[in-house]
Amino acid sequence: MPRPGFVLDVDRSTPPTLFWRGENFSLERLPAGRSRVIYPPEPLPALKDIDGAIRTALLHPIDQDPLPAQLFPGMRLTIAFDDVSLPLPKMRRPDTRQRVIEAVLDMAAEAGVDDVHLIAALGLHRRMHDYELRHALGDRIFDAFHPRGMLYQHDAEDYDNLAVLGTTDHGEVLEINKRAAESDLIVYVNINSVPMDGGWKSITTGLASYRCLSAHHTGETLQNTRSLMGHREHSALHKSIWRLGTLLRDSGPKIFQIETTLNTDMFPEQFSFISSREWEWSARERATYLATTKALSKVPVKMARKIFHSIQGPHQMTSVQAGETSAVHERTLAKVYEQQLVHVEGQTDILTLGIPFVCPYNPDGVMNPILVMCMGLGYLFNMYRNKPLVREGGVIIMTHPTYRDFDPVHHPSYIDFFEQVLPDTTDPVVMGQKWEKAYAEDEWYRHLYRTGNAYHGVHPFYAWYWGAHGQQWAGKVIIVGGDPSTVRRLGFTPASTLDDAFEIASDVVGRTPTVTHLHVPALLVADVH
Amino acid sequence: MSRLVFSRKPMRFAAARVASSLMPGRGAAVGPLSLEPDEQLALPSPEWVRLRPRLAGICGSDIALVDGTASAYFDPLVSYPFVPGHEVVADVVDDPDGARRVVLIPVLSCEVRGITPVCDACAAGSVNLCERAAFGHLEPGLQSGFCTDTGGGWSNEMVAHRLQLVDVPADLSDEDAVVIEPTACAVHAAERYSGRHTAILGAGTMGLLTLAAITVRAERGEVERSGPIVVTARYPEQRRLAKELGADVVCAPDELPRWVRSASQSLVMGDQLTGGAADVIDCVGTSDSVQQALRVVAPAGNVHLVGMPGNVTLEMTSLWHRETCIRGCYAYSRADFARAIDVVRRFSLGRLVGATYQLREFHDAIAHAANAGRRGTVKVAFDLRPKEGK
Repeated sequence: MPRPGFVLDVDRSTPPTLFWRGENFSLERLPAGRSRVIYPPEPLPALKDIDGAIRTALLHPIDQDPLPAQLFPGMRLTIAFDDVSLPLPKMRRPDTRQRVIEAVLDMAAEAGVDDVHLIAALGLHRRMHDYELRHALGDRIFDAFHPRGMLYQHDAEDYDNLAVLGTTDHGEVLEINKRAAESDLIVYVNINSVPMDGGWKSITTGLASYRCLSAHHTGETLQNTRSLMGHREHSALHKSIWRLGTLLRDSGPKIFQIETTLNTDMFPEQFSFISSREWEWSARERATYLATTKALSKVPVKMARKIFHSIQGPHQMTSVQAGETSAVHERTLAKVYEQQLVHVEGQTDILTLGIPFVCPYNPDGVMNPILVMCMGLGYLFNMYRNKPLVREGGVIIMTHPTYRDFDPVHHPSYIDFFEQVLPDTTDPVVMGQKWEKAYAEDEWYRHLYRTGNAYHGVHPFYAWYWGAHGQQWAGKVIIVGGDPSTVRRLGFTPASTLDDAFEIASDVVGRTPTVTHLHVPALLVADVH
Repeated sequence: MSRLVFSRKPMRFAAARVASSLMPGRGAAVGPLSLEPDEQLALPSPEWVRLRPRLAGICGSDIALVDGTASAYFDPLVSYPFVPGHEVVADVVDDPDGARRVVLIPVLSCEVRGITPVCDACAAGSVNLCERAAFGHLEPGLQSGFCTDTGGGWSNEMVAHRLQLVDVPADLSDEDAVVIEPTACAVHAAERYSGRHTAILGAGTMGLLTLAAITVRAERGEVERSGPIVVTARYPEQRRLAKELGADVVCAPDELPRWVRSASQSLVMGDQLTGGAADVIDCVGTSDSVQQALRVVAPAGNVHLVGMPGNVTLEMTSLWHRETCIRGCYAYSRADFARAIDVVRRFSLGRLVGATYQLREFHDAIAHAANAGRRGTVKVAFDLRPKEGK
């Protein structure tokens, strides 16, 4: 029986706590008597018969007819699937997407459906490399569909292949992939890593155009998204997406949503110290920690990055549900919360976050400074329900080297964003008004997004907007161990050590602040009361 | 009383080159520049007068000379030994009209050299293009400050032709006056400004002054700014000044291609932009800067070399393929000085003089000038004014 998550109050006997620092780790002592560490629940047991569970979900969907009953010869079937941005690190083969899509294709074949297209629902993310597609879908699907042009990636800039399905009463234009819009049935295959994802967000972002996304991916919307991972009614983003979803349900093609959840078994056995609780480390885990950190500090960062990105996580499936999107998503959320929710009493003055080497926007790439902000303030800060772990006006301390390093293939517009936009403003609303359009419409970025493996020109804005609420909420943000000039460019304060950071924070929260540390990587949602 | 003299000493010149390769400005300590006693120069003709310099600037071309990196091209255009210093504000000695403070137009044109008839360029007023710079009754000399007969500003006395003198308005300080000559160069360069998208490489003295001159032209309505001006600057003080003097964008040199690309909405082929800036004004003059200029200039655009380039190595295929024009931009006409005074006054450019030295401190002065940007300075000058109480 896996143990639930819990909150450890730090005292003098508490061993140092593990912090991520990009492509390395450190052990840090938190102030005794006024600090706490939130540990995620242990991984839930995996489904025993995954393929059987998938088949059952397809044959007994929620609020819909069984999938085979919706398939018929001559129909246009589109299978869309989540892209490479999750799960992190990448999943050991066979990937969930492969298992589910193979089951769907088997049923389609039995029903005599031969007009099947598979579309990677990228939204404005970078196109997946062929090796990533092959990894996610398996050799059989890739070899059968890719050479025939029936497995491809959504293009949010291909206006000949986008279709407007309508406009919400808030003026949001629903514009999605034309093939999907004109299909008799869309089967969407989702992997739900965090509560923010899935539901109507899958199609209305993954298969949407820039025009459609720009309705809700704004600084204002994200500032007013006070519960990205919790209650939808407090998320301006999700309210907008659900309006678009309702429109899609009423005016679009039939949708068969398949959502899956994973447990938090994210790293292979040899890296077990990452998710173990420090006082329970075995002698082998202690030795592995020492050897790993020592070795990583000696190798060039590029090599360390390569090592980390080569890791494949077990990511065991804990549930699969299919059918009507809203109903399916409610079950998914319940399962995600079952795995990730940790009850926490009250807020503290300081929240500390170890920032890892990867976030959803740099698989197989560089965690550039904008993504450090996005990961810290956009993702980890938002891993709460009810209210943030840190009080309003408190301090967020992150640990990451925050090097001025960018992946020119994946993130070309991020480089310009860092050099052009951030020196001008770090205010998400101001930058949206002043700079976003030029980046969104830049012909070169369009070209790289459409033909290379680059995130869309506007994507650094979206990454920045993701942290808008955290940026507004925190009285100060400090990055420990980051390149000072780069950290300042982000609008944050650099510190050399965690103790220095606490000293700097004392200007805002006094000399004896309370501290919460979110123990990542294993994902958790703090249910703060 | 003393003066700095540059002599023909090849071994010392070579030593300066080696020393400066280790640390720019170190050539002064080992090179052929030396502090020597005063020597009164003969007046070449009755049109000539004696000047007593007040301030004399240290220019990039002076540093190249002292550091042994100047091109051999100049050999026939200078006469040894000579006293450097061509950015000069001085008092005229024994002027019949009383006290007279002047700046020097250092170009030694046909009229100054007593050559009649004057060459076509001088006849057209383009004294900077004089075809007789090594002829006439003077020894060869590109400008005062490179000619053995005229002396130069790095001394307590030099001689100049009356046509070389421009009176300094009373409202300008000596510091303002000493930057009039480089500002005249900048005014000449700014004449090339088309109003279209322009990149200025370098925010040292020439980069900043060219920017200031362009801004004044635009303010006067002589040219309409239809595209942004992007300036590269390495150091914080340069960035601050460039913004103040009218740059739309100030960026680090390695950021320039990306700024130009986004401003011109170009695509990229390898390292080459498909579009680019219509005009690139290179105020650095190194292989890297000229190469970068070719990388960011638009097809059929113009690269203007304002900084003295010396020996550079270039990959010029793009120049051929894109029909780019590289054009030098040297000095000024007499009329440019009047405009330069207006530019200096408009921006109080005397504040660019960040440090002054006595002649005996020339090692420090040259080292400072060679590292001015890093040390937060734009212009360094020798202060030759008599000290109070002496």
